[in-house]
Amino acid sequence: MAADTRRESDVSRESDSGRGSTAGGSAGNAESHSLGPVPLPAASRFRPLLGLLVPAAVVVVWHLIVATGTIPAYQLPTPLRVAETLYGMGASGELWGHVAITVQRVVLGAGLGIAVGTVFGTATGLSRTASDLLDPLLQSLKNIPSLAWVPLFLLWFGIGESAKVLLIAVGSFFPVYLNLSTGIAAVDEELLEVAEVYDLGRVESLRRVVFPAALPDLLVGIRGGVGLAWMFVVAAELIAASQGIGFLLSDGRTLARPDIIVGSILLFAFLGNCSDVAVKEVRDRVVGR
Amino acid sequence: MSSGADPVLAVDDLRKRYDDTVALDGVDLAVADGEFVAVVGPSGCGKSTLLRVLSGLEAEFGGRVAVDGTDVCDGGSDAVGMVFQEPRLLDWADVRENIAVGLPADVDPDAPAARERVDDLIETVGLGGFADSHPDELSGGMAQRVSLARGLAYNPSVLLLDEPFSALDRLTKADQQDHLLDVWEARGTTVVLVTHDVEEAVYLADRVVVLGGQPGTVESVVDVDIDRPRERADTELVALRREVTAVLGR
Ligand SMILES: Nc1ncnc2c1ncn2[C@@H]1O[C@H](COP(=O)(O)OP(=O)(O)OP(=O)(O)O)[C@@H](O)[C@H]1O
Ligand SMILES: [Mg+2]
Repeated sequence: MAADTRRESDVSRESDSGRGSTAGGSAGNAESHSLGPVPLPAASRFRPLLGLLVPAAVVVVWHLIVATGTIPAYQLPTPLRVAETLYGMGASGELWGHVAITVQRVVLGAGLGIAVGTVFGTATGLSRTASDLLDPLLQSLKNIPSLAWVPLFLLWFGIGESAKVLLIAVGSFFPVYLNLSTGIAAVDEELLEVAEVYDLGRVESLRRVVFPAALPDLLVGIRGGVGLAWMFVVAAELIAASQGIGFLLSDGRTLARPDIIVGSILLFAFLGNCSDVAVKEVRDRVVGR
Repeated sequence: MSSGADPVLAVDDLRKRYDDTVALDGVDLAVADGEFVAVVGPSGCGKSTLLRVLSGLEAEFGGRVAVDGTDVCDGGSDAVGMVFQEPRLLDWADVRENIAVGLPADVDPDAPAARERVDDLIETVGLGGFADSHPDELSGGMAQRVSLARGLAYNPSVLLLDEPFSALDRLTKADQQDHLLDVWEARGTTVVLVTHDVEEAVYLADRVVVLGGQPGTVESVVDVDIDRPRERADTELVALRREVTAVLGR
């Protein structure tokens, strides 16, 4: 039920924006003429580029602020300086080690968190008893901020890779768990009755009705989980790492190199965006027809 | 044609309440093997509720309901298939997959014979060419026919149909009614059909059960002793139609 309404509202939102761009086009009653809408695809093709306008303006203003000395360069480097630093580190090969280890941690941690979240979400979604037992605990654990876990994980698992991967796994576990658990529990009762009347049996009704119905929720959870994995990798690397983009961040502070700090932040933004777009793409493939 | 010695469906003093609403109060009904029974009655009189009890979806009710001598609470409902009042399709699955949900559990839906059967059903409900469409690409009447095909795929010994033709135009409706009669005659299925359409009820059924009242009870049972195949415009049928309509209007 919940999934249905959400999908419907998504659709209506899309068609709303479609209508919006029509209205942005030439004539009001152009709809009746077959030639009316023709110029529109060209206009809407450039629409995504609008999103670049504000960031470009920000970069220009940023440059001006630093160039005019409003903010001193030792606190904020110029955009060009940041680009040079990143390029230099890339060319010398130093950057790739940091990027690779951070990506590896995120992939392992998010993978683990998503896997465990799927298991727990399925269990609590299907079984009332499992939900009564586990859900109150997990609901309260989810509010613990990422940084609060760090000392405990260092104590338990040392400063090695496992502490970081596990910390990230904790972060990506919760969105997956919460979304899947509610998604499964909210599967349309009417469809479950169909499965019952046609004697699908427990396994088949899970495979053919419950899981497909909850799949959109799982994917929403995975998207959130991957997002949180990037939050948690920073927490892990800032405090206990000798490599990684988070380490670069803190190293930049120690070395008083704002260009490295800003460069690292931009790297996080870029990589986080890439993973988000990738997950969203998968979701749209699977769910959106 | 009316209830024989060994009814396939035996409903004895059925009472069903939802919290404060009493939906059915003392319904008795016996349906013989291979009989076609139509149930008519005003909206809200408990027709769907009756079918839900027969198909084993309601855990709690008063009275006794048995299919082939086995109580519905003890698995008697396994032999029963139902086409719901709403299409209830899986909106992520295409038409073929939705119909395959109805295939009996021991049939592998990917086996060639099963696929052929599903494709045949798609043709008989007049949806040829829509096998790969999804429910959100179908009209209400098309979705209803997918749901009907799913029920036919199940091939149960007792088939319950809850207003299966309500969203269809006159011509499609007549086609599907005749197809249902074909299936019923060929397979010897016992059919209980709920409908608001009195013409449909007397054309299809051996007996028309009129439910009525709040809470619902059996108001009247009208036998349709007219030879098959029947003519829709048959004067006797028209007379029976008046009779059922008169009972409904009381
Ligand atoms: N799940 C439910 N919870 C509470 N009351 C219900 C429920 N299902 C049905 N009822 C009540 O039971 C009565 C009979 O409902 P039912 O759906 O069987 O009617 P119906 O004869 O099928 O009507 P229609 O022709 O409109 O489909 C109604 O008064 C309805 O309000
Ligand atoms: Mg009904």
